[in-house]
Amino acid sequence: MNRIINDPDHVVEDAIQGYLQAHPDYFTPTDNARVLKYPAAPVSGKVGIVTGGGSGHEPAFLGYVGKNMLDAVAIGEIFSSPTAGAFLDAFKAADGGAGVACLYGNYAGDNMNVKMAMKKAAAAGIAVKTVVANDDVASAPASEIDKRRGVAGEIMMWKVGAAAAAKGYDLDGVIGAAQKAIDSCRSIGVGLSSCTIPAVGKPNFHIDDGKMEIGIGHHGEPGIEVSPIQPASEMAATMLDFILGDMPLAQGDEVAVLVSGLGATPVMELYIYYGEIARRLAARGINVHRRYVGNYFTSLEMMGVTLTIMKLDDELKTLIDMPSQSLGLTQVE
Amino acid sequence: MVEGLVAVIVSHRDVLSEIDGAIGDGDHGINMAKGFTLCGEAMKGKTLSLAQAFDTLSDALMEGIGGSMGPLYGSLFMGMADSVRDKAQLDAPAFLAMLQQGLSELQDISSAGVGDKCLMDTLIPALAAFEQALQRGDDFSGALAQMKQAAADGRDSTRDLVAKIGRASRLGERSRGVLDAGAVSCCLLLTTLAEATERRLQTVAA
Repeated sequence: MNRIINDPDHVVEDAIQGYLQAHPDYFTPTDNARVLKYPAAPVSGKVGIVTGGGSGHEPAFLGYVGKNMLDAVAIGEIFSSPTAGAFLDAFKAADGGAGVACLYGNYAGDNMNVKMAMKKAAAAGIAVKTVVANDDVASAPASEIDKRRGVAGEIMMWKVGAAAAAKGYDLDGVIGAAQKAIDSCRSIGVGLSSCTIPAVGKPNFHIDDGKMEIGIGHHGEPGIEVSPIQPASEMAATMLDFILGDMPLAQGDEVAVLVSGLGATPVMELYIYYGEIARRLAARGINVHRRYVGNYFTSLEMMGVTLTIMKLDDELKTLIDMPSQSLGLTQVE
Repeated sequence: MVEGLVAVIVSHRDVLSEIDGAIGDGDHGINMAKGFTLCGEAMKGKTLSLAQAFDTLSDALMEGIGGSMGPLYGSLFMGMADSVRDKAQLDAPAFLAMLQQGLSELQDISSAGVGDKCLMDTLIPALAAFEQALQRGDDFSGALAQMKQAAADGRDSTRDLVAKIGRASRLGERSRGVLDAGAVSCCLLLTTLAEATERRLQTVAA
């Protein structure tokens, strides 16, 4: 594996330095080397929006720090939760006196570290509430929805939660909006090749040529089935069926669609795929209010794509339409 | 004693990652070695009590590595540190209390138990074996030997288990047939603790 790195054990530290050098308009360092904040944060009286997670999903998580987006982010090792201390320091960096909404994904390490950080935050007098994303339909049946992983739907949760905070919602209001956002999201991924953690140095798993793994997680967690690779049209139909089987949509419903590459799939292919999704949604009379196509939530150099569909109501539409700026997602108008 | 724990984890860095690679993402050894190395650096040149050394280890894991292993092992060693804080000497009842308080702190953040294919499969039976040996009237050294054996058996028991917790639990039946990396590292740690304690006992006896 040919890479542009110095030391495989220091890729996260080195990448953070690059982000700071490249984008001082988005990132200010904090006393904790694993916590970056938006330069304007904290804003007095505004609920702080924080997330955190393992590295290797760029532009997630730090790429969503920005205006009307995240205030601070805790950065973990590759595919590994940030420490409790990093989450705590991110809470401190984001708290403008109105409390902090920690919006993160449902992984064992993140759950434990956030829980420990919240204990310390309470002792420090910072009010923190959480929403745990669980949008991946492939990771557990609907009867065990609280076991599902959070994947690219997290971006919609951050966007909505941050917009609510910017509009002046209080902490409970922000948490309510973010919870509604993730409850309205369903995602599924298809993997076409493995990723490699730099310090491990060899692929995490293997997918044969000509095969695809439906339901793969964005750390390469195994999916529901391995099948012969399908043309984009069938792949789109297969993935859409999984989502609509879990969250039925009716004619006239409005949605936001997020198509993310997993890191190594060319953007051209993501647009081929999006075209197929758009055609199928149109055929069902479902109106796509917003669409996002690109590498939004990746898995190192894994090939493949994830599809996220968010069902909108008036409140979610207003919040998701709010202009925002961040490296990963900038929205005007 | 804690220096021994650092050494055993650092020297098993690649083996632990190799084991983790079968059903995890292959970084258990890398992350563990990172935390234990941080601890080794923090202890260098200092004379620390056992409680202070466990504190240093706990902080290095919780603040240095994150993931799942940071809070899990960080809590274990935090509990152990608290237990030995006022002890001048680590006799058998003190050793038992140390393990019990470590486990109790660990169970505050994790509901995992025996059979889940995780470090609890090593820790819980090892602690039980030590306690039972003492109840039977075995001496400290004999109880430590029982603990080591139970830790190894617990580790090996994970081979036939289906993971019920953590990322490997997504594999279902496919997680059967390989050891759990956390159970392996826990066995290394308990064995090293036992051996360091035995050496101290022998020194005292001599």
